[in-house]
Amino acid sequence: MQTTFSVEHIRKDFPILQRRVRNDRPLVYLDNAATTQKPVQVINAISDFYTNHNSNIHRAVYALAEEATEAFEEVRDKVARFIGIKDRQEIVFVRGTTEAINLVAYAWGRQNIASGDIIMTTEYEHHSNIVPWQLLAKERGARLEYIGMDDQGTLILDHLDRYLQTGRVKLVTVSHMSNVLGTITDVDTIIKKCKNAGVRVLIDGAQSVPHMKVNVQELGCDFFAFSAHKMLGPTGVGVLWAKKELLEAMAPFHGGGDMIREVHKYETTWNDLPYKFEAGTPNIADVIGFSAAIDYLEKIGMDFVRKHEIELTKYALEKLSSIKGLKIYGTPDLSRRGGVISFNFADIHPHDLATIIDEDGVAIRSGHHCAQVLMERLDVAATSRASFYIYNTKDEIDVLVSSLNRAARVFKL
Amino acid sequence: MSGNADIYHEMIVEYSRHPSNYGKIENPDISYHDSNPLCGDSIDIFMKVQDNKVTDIKFQGRGCAICMSCTSVLTELVKGKAIDDVKKIQKDEILGELGLQNLQAVRIKCALLSLKVLKYGLYTYLAGKLKDANADALKAEASALY
Repeated sequence: MQTTFSVEHIRKDFPILQRRVRNDRPLVYLDNAATTQKPVQVINAISDFYTNHNSNIHRAVYALAEEATEAFEEVRDKVARFIGIKDRQEIVFVRGTTEAINLVAYAWGRQNIASGDIIMTTEYEHHSNIVPWQLLAKERGARLEYIGMDDQGTLILDHLDRYLQTGRVKLVTVSHMSNVLGTITDVDTIIKKCKNAGVRVLIDGAQSVPHMKVNVQELGCDFFAFSAHKMLGPTGVGVLWAKKELLEAMAPFHGGGDMIREVHKYETTWNDLPYKFEAGTPNIADVIGFSAAIDYLEKIGMDFVRKHEIELTKYALEKLSSIKGLKIYGTPDLSRRGGVISFNFADIHPHDLATIIDEDGVAIRSGHHCAQVLMERLDVAATSRASFYIYNTKDEIDVLVSSLNRAARVFKL
Repeated sequence: MSGNADIYHEMIVEYSRHPSNYGKIENPDISYHDSNPLCGDSIDIFMKVQDNKVTDIKFQGRGCAICMSCTSVLTELVKGKAIDDVKKIQKDEILGELGLQNLQAVRIKCALLSLKVLKYGLYTYLAGKLKDANADALKAEASALY
């Protein structure tokens, strides 16, 4: 009862959840793995920045610039605290997880990956954790290899062991939670194995940090990336965390203002961390908006977030598995699964399904979810995907289920 | 104004399960492939040409009901037609045939992928036949039709 009350309370903070769509149906937003909605606190923080404090940061001496710089830099401390990092200099603001991974591939990869080396990822990665490594591998004459998964979407870590034995693996880069299957990766074991072998590890936390408590320092990986917009924050803000000694040794990614110490005609020296990796004017207003998002999540607590999502996922899995002809992907083990459910419904193409249930105000995702390697592994062209967050309710899952039943009638199943 | 769900009428559902002219032609005069990067729909069209007429046409591919039914209708329209008439086929003809005039913008690419493949294939073929070095201009023309 307490939980229901809290979610009702939470929903009031999200203006968009009052919206009606299509045939005047209440919006049922179930595409949270793509991006989450924003509470009024985040919207107001951005608006307040532009209304009252807007200026560029780090150089000017006037009042506005001081306020803006202070507000911006406070977010760095907040982010560090939120993911359990002690040293604020290790927090680099980027545009999103994609940019964070590209930064590592470019700046660390070019210095550390040589011909014949192996980079390992998994079969359930987002394109953002495959393509940058393909580009790097091609450029350096290295190889990209995959840790396979079983039919329930759990990684087969024997594959990793076998490759580690070759002594050629330089980096293992895995998502903390699959954006399609919801599988929570056993990163502890992966990091332990890699540490023993002296191999660097990058964790893509785009789907984990928004949904569960993550302590990056305790994880013991080398690089960690995530995005603000999947955790109530604005688009265009992401975080790269990396160990200081790695950031120090890495060459810059982008050149420009803010990342320099001294620029001469033919030579430049770099600014201190993290500014060496933050060329150009950053996304100041949205970083400040992100701060409000972290406040919001801290207020309700990440344990509540995880507990609520487990409850919703359990309910949804029960309801969906009772629909004849509906195939659900991923593990039934809720302790190893986040609030993401991918499925296919008989021979209805996911795009047709999404269009039909959109008529009932239900927003789910259809397609390859930027995970075509996984689609190939599952031998499907596409899937439908429902993904949950703090403001979703069991009633909304009921709407999804009745809408799916309507689709079955349209397609005469 | 018809709702979006109304687009899934009997004919579309039927075509999605039993598309017309589905399959492959051995040694086709024209063969062309394209896909929609956003949704993964993928279409191959094969044609036989004789005396400036499309004597046979088949397609293969994976796609949603909209894509499969529009491709079916397109192949039915094209079969037996003179090339000059095929060149004149416009999107409204296909959409009209299936009552999809009001198809929402995000789904229009599903409906028109096959028309794009057909026109690209045809223009590439014509460019080769005319030994016209300017195949790109012809493709641009095809693209504009799409």
